[in-house]
Amino acid sequence: MDFNGSDTLPGPRTEDHLPHTAQAAVKIVIVGGFGVGKTTMVGSVSEIRPLTTEETMTQAGVGVDDDYGSETKTATTVAMDFGRIGITDQLVLYLFGTPGQERFWFLWNGLFEGALGAVVLVDTRRLEVSFDVMGRLEERGVPFIVAVNSFPDGPRYPLDDLRTALDLTADIPIVECDVRRRASSKEVLMTLMGFLHSLAVSGALT
Amino acid sequence: MTGPRRRRRQPQHQPPPPEPPFPPPPAEPTEGPPAAGALASGDGTPGEGGPADGRPGNPERLYTIAGAADGARAELDLVTLIVARSAAPPSASPEGAAVLRLCGAPLSVAELSAYLSLPFSAMTVLITELITAELVQARAPIVRRALPDRSLLEAVMHGLQRL
Repeated sequence: MDFNGSDTLPGPRTEDHLPHTAQAAVKIVIVGGFGVGKTTMVGSVSEIRPLTTEETMTQAGVGVDDDYGSETKTATTVAMDFGRIGITDQLVLYLFGTPGQERFWFLWNGLFEGALGAVVLVDTRRLEVSFDVMGRLEERGVPFIVAVNSFPDGPRYPLDDLRTALDLTADIPIVECDVRRRASSKEVLMTLMGFLHSLAVSGALT
Repeated sequence: MTGPRRRRRQPQHQPPPPEPPFPPPPAEPTEGPPAAGALASGDGTPGEGGPADGRPGNPERLYTIAGAADGARAELDLVTLIVARSAAPPSASPEGAAVLRLCGAPLSVAELSAYLSLPFSAMTVLITELITAELVQARAPIVRRALPDRSLLEAVMHGLQRL
């Protein structure tokens, strides 16, 4: 892109500037299969217009780091949508909507380890899409809750049945939501924070 | 309900160590094949896209902006906040000048990546150069393992409550 045309340079709107006192950020990851509503959820609670960060990778072997543009390599771009919520003058919360595929996790190594916790967004029409990602969160010890995004044509199950099908322990919250609504998405995040708080109180996070 | 059922997994024994606090020690010369290979090989943690997925070779991050020749970078998180320390010197690259212009107020690496349409890894190379040149300051994120107490969680809850 052209970085020289100062008139056209992109950037945050004035009202989207963080205060200079912002000292640190925390992040929450929203993970789920394609089309389950991750981006919608990010957008419904974010205080800034949701943005997209990308990573580009190649499938070439080792030692080729300098032939960008070569036709012998296959470049793949993976995108992740995110939003932001100001918590205090010092603290900022970022929300990342993250695809569930394994290769994506590899690419964004560190994304989950550093996150406060995760929301696994599931679609009752394709429940099994979320199985692997839950297992990976468990393996890594990343605390998560499950949010069932309600689609009009999706089957509705009692939450207890879903808990059984997802093999979730009794302490992991599972909530229904409509991520198009800010209040509903906010409730999901509050549920996650309440869960994290209970873990902190019980000492499980230390 | 019918359909597939999941079986929960257990935490693996050795969680990856917490990321080192920023700033890291100065870059050291690397040995052997430099840059992309070393960076992309990761820490070998299972499930990180290793050979278990059945495909030979891992995807490699792609350099799009020339950084340090040895591929060394600062430990930058997606949500590390970057703040300009000075205006862009005449010697700054157009990309570097764009970062400095955007970082008059704190901005995360992810946001810089988004606004400048640069891949995250290219962004970290660029920011590493600016840190080395002392043109920007990086404010490290608070990561879960470093949580000192419940006050942070409570602050986030109060912040969300106000939404």
